[in-house]
Amino acid sequence: MTTLDATTGQAAPSGWAAGLKDRLQQLLAFASLIVIFGFFSVASSSFFTYGNVTNILFSTVVIGTLALGTTFVIITGGIDLSIGTGMALCAVMSGVFITNMGIAVPLGVLLTLLFGGLIGLVNGFNVSVLRLPPFIATLAMMLVAQGLALVISHSAPIYFTKDPGYVKISTGSIFGVNFPNAVLVLLVAVVVSVVLLNKTILGRYTYSIGSNEEATALSGINVRRWKIVIYTLAGLFIGLAGVMISARLGSAQPATGMGYELQAIAAVVIGGTSLAGGKGSVVGTVIGALIISVLNNGLQIMSIPQEWQNVVLGLVILVAVYADMIRKKEA
Amino acid sequence: MTAEVAGSEHLLEVRGVSKGFPGVRALHEMHLTLRHGEVLALVGENGAGKSTLMKLLSGIYTADAGEFWLAGRPLSVSGPKDALEQGISIIHQEFNLMPHLTVAQNIFIGREPRVAGFLSDREQNRRAAELLDRLGLPLKPRQVVGNLTVARQQMVEIAKALSYDARVLIMDEPTAALNDAEVSTLHDLIRRFRSPETGVIYISHRMDELKAISDRVTVIRDGEYVDTVDTRATSMPEVISLMVGRTLTSEARPQGVRADRETVLEVEGLCTKDLLKDVGFDLRKGEILGFAGLMGAGRTEVARALVGADKMSAGTVRLRGRQVRIHNPAEAARHRIGYLSEDRKNLGLLLEQDVASNIAISSVAERFTTFGFVDFKAMRERAKEMVRTLGIKTPSVQQTTKNLSGGNQQKVVIAKWLVKDCDILIFDEPTRGIDVGAKEEIYRLLNDLAEQGKSIVMISSELPEVLRMSHRIVVMTEGRVSGVLDSDEATQESVMHLATLRPDENLRDAAELGLVDESVLASAVPGAGDDRKDPDQ
Ligand SMILES: Nc1ncnc2c1ncn2[C@@H]1O[C@H](COP(=O)(O)OP(=O)(O)OP(=O)(O)O)[C@@H](O)[C@H]1O
Ligand SMILES: [Mg+2]
Repeated sequence: MTTLDATTGQAAPSGWAAGLKDRLQQLLAFASLIVIFGFFSVASSSFFTYGNVTNILFSTVVIGTLALGTTFVIITGGIDLSIGTGMALCAVMSGVFITNMGIAVPLGVLLTLLFGGLIGLVNGFNVSVLRLPPFIATLAMMLVAQGLALVISHSAPIYFTKDPGYVKISTGSIFGVNFPNAVLVLLVAVVVSVVLLNKTILGRYTYSIGSNEEATALSGINVRRWKIVIYTLAGLFIGLAGVMISARLGSAQPATGMGYELQAIAAVVIGGTSLAGGKGSVVGTVIGALIISVLNNGLQIMSIPQEWQNVVLGLVILVAVYADMIRKKEA
Repeated sequence: MTAEVAGSEHLLEVRGVSKGFPGVRALHEMHLTLRHGEVLALVGENGAGKSTLMKLLSGIYTADAGEFWLAGRPLSVSGPKDALEQGISIIHQEFNLMPHLTVAQNIFIGREPRVAGFLSDREQNRRAAELLDRLGLPLKPRQVVGNLTVARQQMVEIAKALSYDARVLIMDEPTAALNDAEVSTLHDLIRRFRSPETGVIYISHRMDELKAISDRVTVIRDGEYVDTVDTRATSMPEVISLMVGRTLTSEARPQGVRADRETVLEVEGLCTKDLLKDVGFDLRKGEILGFAGLMGAGRTEVARALVGADKMSAGTVRLRGRQVRIHNPAEAARHRIGYLSEDRKNLGLLLEQDVASNIAISSVAERFTTFGFVDFKAMRERAKEMVRTLGIKTPSVQQTTKNLSGGNQQKVVIAKWLVKDCDILIFDEPTRGIDVGAKEEIYRLLNDLAEQGKSIVMISSELPEVLRMSHRIVVMTEGRVSGVLDSDEATQESVMHLATLRPDENLRDAAELGLVDESVLASAVPGAGDDRKDPDQ
C-alpha cells in the first residue's frame, strides 16, 4: 500500500530493536549488581568468601522465590502484600504437617505448597470476584496470615528435629557439596517462571491484563478467572518460600515474615517491572533479588546498623526506578 | 420501513430492545434490521444510544427488554467471547488494544496458536503477516502497538476484527482518527469483507462517508428508532434533519482576513528531536488559524511543543512581542494558552470524576476558590451553563464522566477550555466524534471567541472544517510547514497539494514519487484535478 506508507508518519522500532532495548535494561541492572558486589568485595575482606557467598545465595532463594510470584501479579497491574507473612504462615503449616502431624516430608511439602496456593486463591477471589483493590485485599491477608501463624503455632517456633530430611531440602546437595539444593530449587523456579511468562497463555494474559484490562476482557478473555489463576500461582510461590525458609532455619518462625513483602516488591521493581503493569521480566526480578540480598548482606558484614541498611535500601530503590524512568523517557 | 418483516431475509434483527442506566433511558423499544450483504449506517446525535446498542450485541450489557435475531434464529449473547464465537465482531468506539503487546499478539489475543501447549510466537507472527498481507495493511507483526500512530492502531483493531470469521461486523466510529486516504483504505476492506453471508453495521458522524460506504441508513434519536432510508434515494441534509429533529441552518463562517490585527504569537525555527524541523508561523488577535496536513505531519507535535508538553530542541516563541520559554502546560496556562489534546481519554479527562469537576479543573484555582476553599456551588452552576450551551447529554453535572457517551465526553473537554479564560486556545481535533448538530454549535462558539479577540489554533484532519473555519491555513508535511494559505485562496486541492509535498522531492526517483503523490491525491480528494470546485460557495 504505497498510499498508506506515504501518509502514515513515524515508524515504530522493529521487534528486535525493542528487544535490544529491554535487554539493555537488564544489562544495566546486571552491571549495577556487579558494581555493588565489587564494592563490597573491596570494602570488606570477609564478603567475597565461600561461606558468605553461600549465605547471599540462601537469602536470595527466599526473596527470589517470593519475588518471582509477585512479578506475575505486578505485571497484571496488581500488588501482593501478603507474601511475607503468608510465607511465615506456610512455614508454620509445614511444621504442623511434618512435625506435629508426622506426615512424610514429600507429602508435607506438597501440602504446604497447596496451602500457599490457597492463600493466593483467596487473594485472587477477593480481587477479581469481590473486586477489592489488590492493595486492600492483600493488606488484609497480610494481617490475617500473621495472626493465624501466631495462633496456630501458639507464638512459638516449630522445630523440624524429628525429620532431618526436611533440612536437606535447603542445605543438602544432590550434586555434591558445592551446590546447595536451595539454589537448585530457585533455578528450577526461575526456569518454570520464564516458561510460564513467555511461552504460555497464562503469561500472555498476564501482560495483556496489565497492559489494558478492559481491552483484554473485550477480546473475549475471562479476566476474572485468569486473575484468580495468577494470584494462586503467586500463592504457590509463597508456599515454596515458606518451605525454603523453614528448611534453611530448621524451624518455622511464626513471627517473621513481615518486611519480606517489601523486599520482594523492591526486587521486582529494581528488575524493571512496572508497577503500572504491562511490562516486566523474570530475569530482571532475579537480578533485583540478587541486588537486594547482596546489599543486605554486604551492609551487615560492614557492621552497618539495621536502621541504616533500610535507609540505603530505600535510596537504592529510588535510584533504580528513577534511572529506569529516565531511560524510558529518552528512548 | 417496518421491522415486522421476519424470516431469514435479515441477517440481524433487533426487536423492541430497551436499556436504561440510573437516570438515563439509553434505548427505548429500539429496532433495526441488517440485511444480508449490506452495509447499514447507524447515525444519531451524541448520546442517542448507538454504542449502547452495540454493547448489548456484544454482550457487555444485558438488555432490559427485547430480543435479537441472527439469521432467523434468536440470539443471546453472554459476553464478548460468546459474541465473537457466534460471529459478531466489534470495533469499539474507544481503542481496545494492549499497548505493551505486539501487533500479532493483539490480533490473536484469546486464541494464540499453540504447539504442544506452548505459545508459538513464530506461528503467530506468520499468521499475522499473512493476514496483514491479505488485508494490505502496512503493519508488521512484531511492532509494539503502543509505539504506533493512532491511525495504525486503528488498523490493528480492524485487522483483529476481520481476523475472526465474522458474519456481522460492527464498527463504532472507526474513522474518527483516520485521514481521508486511510478512510478509503478502510472502505476498501469493508467492501471486500462484504458477501451474501455477511453484513456490516457502520456508526459514524462523518456524513460524507455514509454516501460512500452504506446501502441504507438507520437513524435513531434519544434512544428511539426514527427511520431507515435508502442511501442512494436520500440526501445527507435529509438524514441530518431526521437525526436532530429539525433542519440545520447555521453555516457559521468567519469573515475577512484580519491582516490588520496585532500579532499575539510568533513562532520561529521550532524544532524537536523527533519530527519538527524549522516550523514558523504567527497568530493574530481574533484569528482562527487552521492547521492542515496528513496524519503524522507534526501538527499535534507543534501544539505539544508550544505548551511545553514536549521539549523544543530549538526555536523561539514570542508572545505579544516578548520572547518566552514555556516548560510545561501549567506555565502555558499562566500565559493564558490552553491546549485541548486530541487524546481525550488519556490526556483530556478525569474519567472517574464527575462532569462538573472536569469542566472546572483548569480554572478552579482562579475562578472557583475563596480563601483556598473550593466553591462547589459556583463550579456546578458554571458547569450547568456549559452543559446547556454545548448540549452535553447527561442526567446531571454530578454524573461520572466515564458514563457519558464518547461524543459527550469530547464536549466536556471543550467546555473545560471554554470556561478557562484563555487568550490563545489550541484545539486539536476538537470535533472528533461529535455529531453534526453539536459541531455547528462548536463552530459558532469558536467564531464568537474569535470575535471577542481570542486567538485560536485549530488542528483538524477534516479538511472541509479547516477550510470553512480558518482565516488562514498552515499546511504541514513531514514536520515542516509547507505553506500558509489565506482563506480565499485555499481549496481542497491547494491544501492537499501542499500536504503531500515532500521536502526531499528532488532526491527521489521521479517516477516513484509521481505514483505516491497521485495515489494520495486521488484517494484523498475525490475527483482531484478534474473538478476544481470552490469550497467557498
Ligand atoms: N455505563 C453507563 N452508565 C450510565 N449511563 C450510560 C452508560 N453508558 C451509556 N450511558 C448513557 O446512555 C446514553 C447513550 O449512550 P451511547 O454511548 O450509546 O451514545 P452514542 O449514541 O454512542 O453517542 P456518541 O455518538 O457520543 O458515541 C448516553 O446518555 C450515555 O450518557
Ligand atoms: Mg458512541
